[in-house]
Amino acid sequence: MGKDFSSALRPAIVLTILFAALLGLAYPLAMTGIGQALFPRQANGSLVRDAQGHVIGSTVVGQAFTTDRYFQTRPSAAGKGYDGLSSSGSNLGPASRALVDRVTPDIARRRAEGVAGALPADLVTASGSGLDPDLSPASALAQAPRIARARGLAVERVRGLVADQSEGSVLGDAHVNVLALNRALDRLTDDGAGTR
Amino acid sequence: MTFQGWFLILLFVGILLALTKPVGLWLHALYEGRRTPLHVVLGPVERGFYRLAGVDPDAEQGWRRYALHMLLFNVALLVFTYAVLRLQGVLPGNPQGLAGLSPDLAFNTAVSFTTNTNWQSYGGEATMSNLSQMLGLTIHNFLSAATGIALAFALFRGFARREASAIGNFWADVTRVTLYLLLPLCLVYTVFLIASGVPQTLAGVVDVQTLEGARQSILLGPVASQEAIKMLGTNGGGFFNANSAHPFENPTALTNLVQMLSIFLIGFGLTWTFGKAVGNTKQGWAILAAMVILFLAGVTVTYWQEAAGNPVLHQLGVAGGNMEGKEVRFGVAASALFAVVTTAASCGAVNAMHDSFTALGGMIPLFNIQLGEVVIGGVGAGIYGFLLFAILAVFVAGLMVGRTPEYVGKKIESREVKLAVLAIAVLPLMILGFSSLSSVLQQGLAGPLNKGPHGFSEILYAFTSAVGNNGSAFAGLTANTPYYNGLLGVAMWVGRFFIIVPMLAIAGSLAAKKYTPESAGSFPTTGGLWVGLLVGIVLILGGLTFLPSLALGPIADHLAMIRGQLF
Repeated sequence: MGKDFSSALRPAIVLTILFAALLGLAYPLAMTGIGQALFPRQANGSLVRDAQGHVIGSTVVGQAFTTDRYFQTRPSAAGKGYDGLSSSGSNLGPASRALVDRVTPDIARRRAEGVAGALPADLVTASGSGLDPDLSPASALAQAPRIARARGLAVERVRGLVADQSEGSVLGDAHVNVLALNRALDRLTDDGAGTR
Repeated sequence: MTFQGWFLILLFVGILLALTKPVGLWLHALYEGRRTPLHVVLGPVERGFYRLAGVDPDAEQGWRRYALHMLLFNVALLVFTYAVLRLQGVLPGNPQGLAGLSPDLAFNTAVSFTTNTNWQSYGGEATMSNLSQMLGLTIHNFLSAATGIALAFALFRGFARREASAIGNFWADVTRVTLYLLLPLCLVYTVFLIASGVPQTLAGVVDVQTLEGARQSILLGPVASQEAIKMLGTNGGGFFNANSAHPFENPTALTNLVQMLSIFLIGFGLTWTFGKAVGNTKQGWAILAAMVILFLAGVTVTYWQEAAGNPVLHQLGVAGGNMEGKEVRFGVAASALFAVVTTAASCGAVNAMHDSFTALGGMIPLFNIQLGEVVIGGVGAGIYGFLLFAILAVFVAGLMVGRTPEYVGKKIESREVKLAVLAIAVLPLMILGFSSLSSVLQQGLAGPLNKGPHGFSEILYAFTSAVGNNGSAFAGLTANTPYYNGLLGVAMWVGRFFIIVPMLAIAGSLAAKKYTPESAGSFPTTGGLWVGLLVGIVLILGGLTFLPSLALGPIADHLAMIRGQLF
């Protein structure tokens, strides 16, 4: 066994180093080069910039919207909400009192906005990442009357935006990107243009 | 449940069944050490590696030598990653300026990635530098997967060879699987992921001023290259804390489907390779049939429960399926499917938080791991684990008719059965032992986020995941403490290698046996009866062993949930 042991030691150490160089350095660095050359936008986070060139978000990652004038995003357990440095779900179980305590005031707020009937589940639940960029079309439509009031728009125009921006396939559920939706909203009302 | 949801599930299985033979054929070429078209490009790399390492790829090894070389390689990798993680603070490739990891966290993480578990006691964003992700972790995603496939090859040779003393060469198996299977697939896969929106850059944090004028920091990094092998190698360790729920790891419904497919791809293929290796591909299809039946049963329960939703929230006026911890772009069906796939295979990547699943919807992932990660299973580990159950199944069938059992031309005798039981007994001993301990010790009870039976489920899931080398979690558990890091580290190591060594001993023992041709008295191991027996053995062993623990956790949780009792 002693001879076996020493005969195994050299390949164990040498192959660790060789594979580390190949798989831990050459592979990711080569992929970085290829990604930056072929798909620079996506490889760098699909960032969105305003007219002045400032980064205002990413089409892939969600950001918080909390005011009445915008489609509001889902509750988030990432840090204090939509923290890009600490993605997380709430991890609350189905019979958790903390879950009920979190959801109850959110439901009351929606009721106060005039949302009647059953609430779409995604509107009051936290996502897995805390950075969900999307809403279900139902959750967006439920917010349309509030946004129309806040912006002085006809509610049909706001609803029309949701219909325009919704996407989906058989591979996942229908969804609408909140940042894209809200940028379209700003374009619809002049007060958004020219500022951000 | 919707038509669209079931369409997705059946599409998923259909694509995999169509890919089983092509992937199996490719794996069979590597199993036999045959030349592939890729040898033109990568052959010189392979030969160069052997030369520098002093390896003769044609030198056959007996099971003891094969096991020793495999263990030494894994220890070398473990030490390497431990060093990279501890030294993170002084190494380059660290745009956030993160410090080195604590000894217990570095130990836990190094064990975790070496054993193909990828349990993460840390959140990637605030812990790991780009260099640590690449050099410390990505290499294990390749090599722990390659080790698993190599070990499966060794066991296949045990069944296939006659009166032989050797089961292959470990170094040749690992190098070929890495160079001719994993690496080329990852090159294509990474480019697809980048095109779909997964970042691949050496930059760090981007500062954003949001539309509402708030500040947001977004972390970028070499995500796509790690993501590809994380799925393909059934590793599951995410770049980000939220894993494949994070939009940067899994941006679209299409990437989600491809990620799920890539978890199962090699596992499906290996069943075909096994059949081919033992000279009858029907033997492989029979095993795959048993696995797919167990898999679809699990999907049905989880999808049904998640689509039914949480009655506690329904009481408050919320409609529809359970969306807590789920992403809208995936929805209930694609999240439930992912959860069952990732736990059936020993992947452990998640696209939704299992901790927030309904009680029974979350019980299936837990139960899948408790069955021993053999429903498709981890790459290599799934099929060698399942073959241990097959040995027990022919033994049970042999007891019923009073005849020495045979399987694919080899007599299964007392030595093989004892070793198989030894390997399988590791699971309940470690899972139930450590979970019980942590349910009474103060250090253990400090972990759970949720109260009541769900808190117990969090502890049970952690040790189940560690011993089963899965890596997913009921992530409410605070596991980054010396107690949990240490205990889970031990659980992962034992759960990997204390199954592998008896399994290799079986391979050695089988290889030495004569070929026993099938006779009229042989129990047929290709038909429906055999598939039913396999499913039964897996369920009975898993069910009897773990049902009491499930009653204390998810089942109690379910009864509370439907009564509206809160904790």
